[in-house]
Amino acid sequence: MKFGTMKTVSSVFLTFLFVIGTLFTTSVYAKDRIKVGVVSFLTGPAGGPFGIPAKQGAELVIDAINAGTMPAPYNKKGFAGATLDAIYSDESGGGTKQVALFRDFVQKQNVDAMIGYISSGNCMAIGPVADELKMLTVFSTCGTPRLYEEKLRSHVFRTQANAVGDSLAAAKYIADEYFKGKMTTAGKMYTGINQNYAWGQDSYKFFELGMKVYMPSAVGSSKPQFPKLFAGQYGTEISALSLDKAKVVHSSFWNGDWEAFVLQAMVRGFFKQKIVVSSVGGSAVDTLGKKFPDGVIMGTRGLVGLNVRDNKDPLNTWFVSEYKKRYKAWPLGPSYQYARSVMAYKLAMDKAAASAGKFPTQDQAISAMKGMKFKSFVDTIEFTRGGGHQAVHAISYGITKYNKAKGEPEVENLKTYAASCIYPPAGVKSEDWINNGMPGRKCE
Amino acid sequence: MQFLTTVLLDGLVYASYLFIVSLGLTITFGVMKILNVAHGSFYAWGAYLASIAIIYLGENEYNSMFYYFSIFMAAIVAGLFFGFIIERFILRKMYGEDIHLIVLATFGIFWILEDLILIVFGADPLMPYYPAMELGGLEIAGVYQGVYSLTLSGLAVVVAFICWYFLKKTKWGKLLQSVIFDREVSVSMGINVTNVYLITFIIGGMLGALGGAYVAPTISISPGFAIDVVVMSFAVVVIGGMGSVPGALIGSLMVGMIRAFAVHQAPVLELFIIYAVMAIVLIIKPQGLFAPPKPRKI
Repeated sequence: MKFGTMKTVSSVFLTFLFVIGTLFTTSVYAKDRIKVGVVSFLTGPAGGPFGIPAKQGAELVIDAINAGTMPAPYNKKGFAGATLDAIYSDESGGGTKQVALFRDFVQKQNVDAMIGYISSGNCMAIGPVADELKMLTVFSTCGTPRLYEEKLRSHVFRTQANAVGDSLAAAKYIADEYFKGKMTTAGKMYTGINQNYAWGQDSYKFFELGMKVYMPSAVGSSKPQFPKLFAGQYGTEISALSLDKAKVVHSSFWNGDWEAFVLQAMVRGFFKQKIVVSSVGGSAVDTLGKKFPDGVIMGTRGLVGLNVRDNKDPLNTWFVSEYKKRYKAWPLGPSYQYARSVMAYKLAMDKAAASAGKFPTQDQAISAMKGMKFKSFVDTIEFTRGGGHQAVHAISYGITKYNKAKGEPEVENLKTYAASCIYPPAGVKSEDWINNGMPGRKCE
Repeated sequence: MQFLTTVLLDGLVYASYLFIVSLGLTITFGVMKILNVAHGSFYAWGAYLASIAIIYLGENEYNSMFYYFSIFMAAIVAGLFFGFIIERFILRKMYGEDIHLIVLATFGIFWILEDLILIVFGADPLMPYYPAMELGGLEIAGVYQGVYSLTLSGLAVVVAFICWYFLKKTKWGKLLQSVIFDREVSVSMGINVTNVYLITFIIGGMLGALGGAYVAPTISISPGFAIDVVVMSFAVVVIGGMGSVPGALIGSLMVGMIRAFAVHQAPVLELFIIYAVMAIVLIIKPQGLFAPPKPRKI
């Protein structure tokens, strides 16, 4: 045989061996172990109050499911029997960087699924790419309604209900609980301070629309504040809000921005002058402890975190106790939200495996998750919107109060609003639904 | 009247904060002709060191005077330690290299020091609120202002005065001005420019760290919080003229006042208006409002 022919034959043989080897390892791997990217803020101002607790929530539940130690209905070991190897990644750096990292996860690291994402900006950037790359992606925390209202997604699910419910529930709480019988005259009544990007703008827009429905005589300020994300200094904004005649101040601030705002506003007596409603500021309640002002209307984006920490549901009791044991802190909203995404993924994988009679393909897992109903920590969540890809759930609000006897912050006058009360029916755009007076809402 | 007083106060507080932070940046550029991106790291390290100290003092109920002592000590330690290491072991080896390379080096240093923060302090936010809480609020023209934030203006005045006195009335200040004007002539006149560079860089770092340390009690300190500060400082320095101390002062006042007015009257324009001012200044006077004159070399 000539040298050239030998070289060609041997290179073809080596390639063949490589392909067979790759196929073999992939098929074995897919049954025993799966790789999943878990993305949250690990650095930057969103890391401490949001990203790290989120990662910890996911980590705790993944480890428990892998070991088969989580309570029912998650007590079956593994994800369709496979052990999940999580690859944790930092969400900082903006949409462009996150899209590049997402592509790397899918195309180079060959992950089986992606879970996470806190920032609405990142979710909006990742959503189309996940569909393009056909990668099952479960968003955990981001809240912009645009994600599914602009376009239905084939491979993207979201276990967190969108900002519409958070804002409408806030408006309803103010109308029903705070101003019940107190508001006698019409006039300028509400304003807001929200971060200047998708989440902040959407949150205030829907709060304002909600107020127009629940309290038609109340007028919103013409100068709501929209400082940029991670601005840190809010002295001027606090002055502007103080001069504003509006009594109610809505905020969807999160991360270090909320904590900085609270610190700066508190020393200026702001919380005594205004009724502040925060849709997602629970992290600062624990961080500031007894310094956190009483009387703030606090939401936690679902039945999670501060508003349910005393709930006796066995799943919640297990989560709170294991979380505190492992991380020496209360689980925050994002801890629950990430854990919830992992749980939804597990149930979908188990359901798909049971239906297929073997380890499921990604398409089978997607079919199983579409429209799925699953048990969360204290409630049940359903993927009933966004073509069966967007979950909705109840939202609760309460008023912060430091419990001196227990030495812990808590909330009182807690009210829970069912999903049917604060989200439009499937296929209806939120803004149209609210503008039409929220037809068909069921709030009882 | 209430509106005007509030806008002026807000603008003044924000301008004071910007002035303290951007002063170090402009001094470093003026003397060394280095655009120091790592300036934000001094800010961050100053804030972290002060936070650790204040939280310890607050939890153990020390006398509040120690808070302020720890703020200044944090600024001195951060500026001295990192300033010395960065100038002596990195920048000194790069003098004479292309200016873009030096900017990239300071950019790299910034990220290294950011990661070091994450390793040393972790990702959990720190909130050293004790001094701000202790001083509370004060009603001025019907609006409560944070007393601690108001003291920032006092600090800015003191820093501006010390800076003016140092530059105009001391021998060291004159040497510094000589180096700013012409490095080569300064060397030929027998000035130890190497030492001037080192000391300038350390002082610049201390001022950046002082900004972070003093602001720390009013914000939540977490990794990455200094990035925006660098950007805003650059805007101020560019408006005032790179390397000009009066420029930093005027630039800070302009940005502070315009921003305050925008937040009160047209909040959506807040961010846009700062950079719009910067663009207008650059179109009219590309070197900035108070850029030091450049000697013509023959």
